[in-house]
Amino acid sequence: MEKKSIEGGIVTLIKKAETELPSDVVNALKHAYEIEQGVAKTQIETILKNIDLARKSGRPMCQDTGIQTFFVSVGIDFPYINKLKEWITNGVKKATKEIPIRPNTVDPFTGKNQGDNTGEQIPYITWDFIDGNDVHITAFPKGGGSENMSKLGMLKPGVGIEGAKDFVVDEMIKAGGNPCPPTIVGVGIGGGADLSLKLGKKALLRPVGVRHKDKTIAAIEKELIERINKSGIGPMGLGGKTTVLDVHVEKAHRHPASLPVGIVVQCWADRRANMVIHSDGTWEVK
Amino acid sequence: MEYHFDVPVSTEKIRKLHVGDIIYVTGKIFTARDEAHHIMLEKDKDNLAFNPSEMALFHCGPLMKKENGKWKAVSAGPTTSSRMEIFEDKFMEKYGINIIIGKGGMGERTEKALQKYGGVYTAYTGGAGALAADRVEDVPAVYWLDELGMPEAVWIFKVKEFGPLVVAMDSHGKSIYK
Ligand code: SF4
Repeated sequence: MEKKSIEGGIVTLIKKAETELPSDVVNALKHAYEIEQGVAKTQIETILKNIDLARKSGRPMCQDTGIQTFFVSVGIDFPYINKLKEWITNGVKKATKEIPIRPNTVDPFTGKNQGDNTGEQIPYITWDFIDGNDVHITAFPKGGGSENMSKLGMLKPGVGIEGAKDFVVDEMIKAGGNPCPPTIVGVGIGGGADLSLKLGKKALLRPVGVRHKDKTIAAIEKELIERINKSGIGPMGLGGKTTVLDVHVEKAHRHPASLPVGIVVQCWADRRANMVIHSDGTWEVK
Repeated sequence: MEYHFDVPVSTEKIRKLHVGDIIYVTGKIFTARDEAHHIMLEKDKDNLAFNPSEMALFHCGPLMKKENGKWKAVSAGPTTSSRMEIFEDKFMEKYGINIIIGKGGMGERTEKALQKYGGVYTAYTGGAGALAADRVEDVPAVYWLDELGMPEAVWIFKVKEFGPLVVAMDSHGKSIYK
């Protein structure tokens, strides 16, 4: 088992995420370009040119290369489970220098930048266990501008789902141009405070344009997209038809006394890339 | 209307700009985020090693790389401007800034300062960092890099045809965000 090779794989994974936007997002942006006019069209055009340049030149599309975030599904028969965290962390350090990505981890008390994108609890890894002996990693570097517009609402259950929907629409209107719209909005309804936000973030992993398989939730998603786009905030808040590219909703059962709604905002730079590590140490990045 | 300017730009020209106009700038711009605004408001203006009044202000925390001893911009799009709202009117007054480049828009205090001192707030497409970096021809200097780190430091960029910048708040009290 070559430790170096897998850490190099993590660098490849991060580089792919930072420099190549997934095709579902690019297609949604191309559609936005078709329907927009004037300043809004200029904004989408600049984004599309930028995406193209980043891919061709192998440079991060946005200077905010985010907080390094990973979702890892570990096959329970994978032989090196105890090594995974170290590989990912070392990969992040290497990626910082080699790609490069911007050093983005700052001590909340002293303000000191760690310089290598690691720190307490960071990279932020969500673990999950699955059958088999492969490991699946999704890299999801999360920018600060859009994360800053995320919100938790501990609503009164009496307001019902209508109240939850209104909360999402209001918050997205308040966010205006700050999260670099067009955005993708992840909404977690139910669970508790932390779970609703976690669901909101996980909802963002679903490709743009794919509806929830539950028909009721799918209808809510459609309604939210329509209502937010009607606001006219538009690309970069400069006015236009496309404020969101998509809204993804997930649910969890809730306590009778609470109706948590977690909103996680993702900018157009919806950077995601996937990697599989096999039990013999070989890997692929897709 | 579309304009191509060499910075610094005269107040007279700035006053002619209106919300919705597109500008491209050539010359020097400097980056400043929260921390840099804070430091620069505390410093004595005459002791600064650079002259902000000759430059446009860019809300940006770039991704930089040192190649053969020289700094290069790798990705350098705008950061969220509203964080600088608490400083900007004082900052404009102290340093005579008349072009601000950022994203997401600013509030009423800045709006008033733009009217009073004759300035514009322009929006560059958020996240278009690779494209922006391509318009940076040279990085003549950086200040407070050790204390503030890469994103918060003040970087001086020599840019060519930097844009398209949408005039989003003008010197006549108009804002595209309202
Ligand atoms: S919100 Fe997204 S696109 Fe905008 S600057 Fe941050 S990471 Fe980049």
